[in-house]
Amino acid sequence: MTDIRTVGVLGSGTMGAGIGLVAARAGFKTIVYDLDPGILDRARRQSEGFLQKSVERGRLAAADLARIMGGLVGTTRLDDLASCDIVIEAVYESLVVKREVLGRLNTICAPHAIFASNTSTLSITEIAAGSGREDRFVGMHFCLPAPLMKLVEMSPGLKTSDDAFAVAWRFCEAMGQRPVKTQDRPGFILNAFVVPFNNDAIRLVEAGVAAPADIDRAIKRGLGYPMGPLELLDLIGLDTQLLLCEALYGVTHEPRAACPPLVKRMIAAGHLGRKTGQGFYRYDRDAMFGG
Amino acid sequence: VKEKIMLIDSGGSRSFPGPHKALDLARDDPRIALLIGDDAGASLASIATPQNFAAILIELGTECLGVHAGESAGHEGSNMLGFSRFRLGDDPPSDLIELVRQPRSSAFALDAAGALFAAAGLEVAICNDFSGRIVDRLVRPYFNAALQKLDEGLASAEDLDLTVQLGLGYKLGPIALLERSGLAHHCDVSEALFAAYGEAAYAPARRARVAKARETRGAG
Repeated sequence: MTDIRTVGVLGSGTMGAGIGLVAARAGFKTIVYDLDPGILDRARRQSEGFLQKSVERGRLAAADLARIMGGLVGTTRLDDLASCDIVIEAVYESLVVKREVLGRLNTICAPHAIFASNTSTLSITEIAAGSGREDRFVGMHFCLPAPLMKLVEMSPGLKTSDDAFAVAWRFCEAMGQRPVKTQDRPGFILNAFVVPFNNDAIRLVEAGVAAPADIDRAIKRGLGYPMGPLELLDLIGLDTQLLLCEALYGVTHEPRAACPPLVKRMIAAGHLGRKTGQGFYRYDRDAMFGG
Repeated sequence: VKEKIMLIDSGGSRSFPGPHKALDLARDDPRIALLIGDDAGASLASIATPQNFAAILIELGTECLGVHAGESAGHEGSNMLGFSRFRLGDDPPSDLIELVRQPRSSAFALDAAGALFAAAGLEVAICNDFSGRIVDRLVRPYFNAALQKLDEGLASAEDLDLTVQLGLGYKLGPIALLERSGLAHHCDVSEALFAAYGEAAYAPARRARVAKARETRGAG
């Protein structure tokens, strides 16, 4: 059972839109806020398209599509989040930006409302410190793409109350997600593992240890991983890897988290991965060629 | 007259601890000499005419191929190749062969080796001659970090493992994998890589060192 009835989402980018869809799909009235009405419209179209595919694949009843979309509304007015029992922020990964919008929201939402952050690299405690409700603040880091990935890394800040964390945990489960508890540390679990691991793979390429295709083949065959690290980097984008490295290295100064020089050279060359047709591999339509 | 040396087993092979089609194929292929075991490189001395083979394949531990085949200012390379079938601790060997080449290794030797292992149902990844090759270079720092994060209380072992399973699609998380395959062996490999590279990421994590110490004491 959850005490949550109405869910707010701050930001309607890829993560925010996905989180909004997850909440609405689970039957929660969901209000997604963004400054840009165009971004809200695009997110709504994408959400409807995602659900339509679910209907076509027999995973969702057609009647449920209308119900879900009926419970999912967008707004450009922060005041419209006043009725929310929980608000999950998924805005730009900047402590200043997050604190500013959450500080304003603190004057709008009811005292019982819980604030959650989808940050992947910033400290929950530090974000909470600017929110005005440190005791009702939790980390809820969803994985991309949120509507398909069940994992949510949940972290209490130093001042988060046990009650607030328990309410947020039950809410996460009620959305059909699978929460795991982690301490409030940079990168939590997933990024703390995967960012340095992928950097290590890039450094093997830099050092001439092996070609990308051989590295990926070795990892998939030797360890049974579904995807090699360099294939994964091409999928998430080298520009995204740079941002993750800068965020993680900036707070940990762990050598493995430092961005390898090759990443910056590839970005300069426009080799960002699948989205530009070339990364560690070349892409022609959806076909993959050896690196 | 070609030598009748196609397979030399010095004992204790981690790549081929038992019968395997690759061994059968090597026995029947006069072009290839397959040297396996924990002292495979030493078996080179028993080959009188190495130049007569298309490929001489030497099973490697954590050492470089150059230790056995020699090096010469970056111009080294011959029909001698290194290989290792990746294996995690006490787990059975995987189907991955890391095939180790030198800068001027014979393309003919690489083709012959690749064909033999492929015919035996194994998949080959080619790498240059660096300690730890590909998989150990990547997985040992990851394992050490996971063990360290467990000690630091980032999350429970179960949640650490579940996170990478759900988030990355791994069949097993690092803690379960190490507990199953053996922390002491991880310690051995990490120590060898730490000695080779001097990077802190390879230094065996506390739990691995404890397991190794207990194994050495015979405490199991």
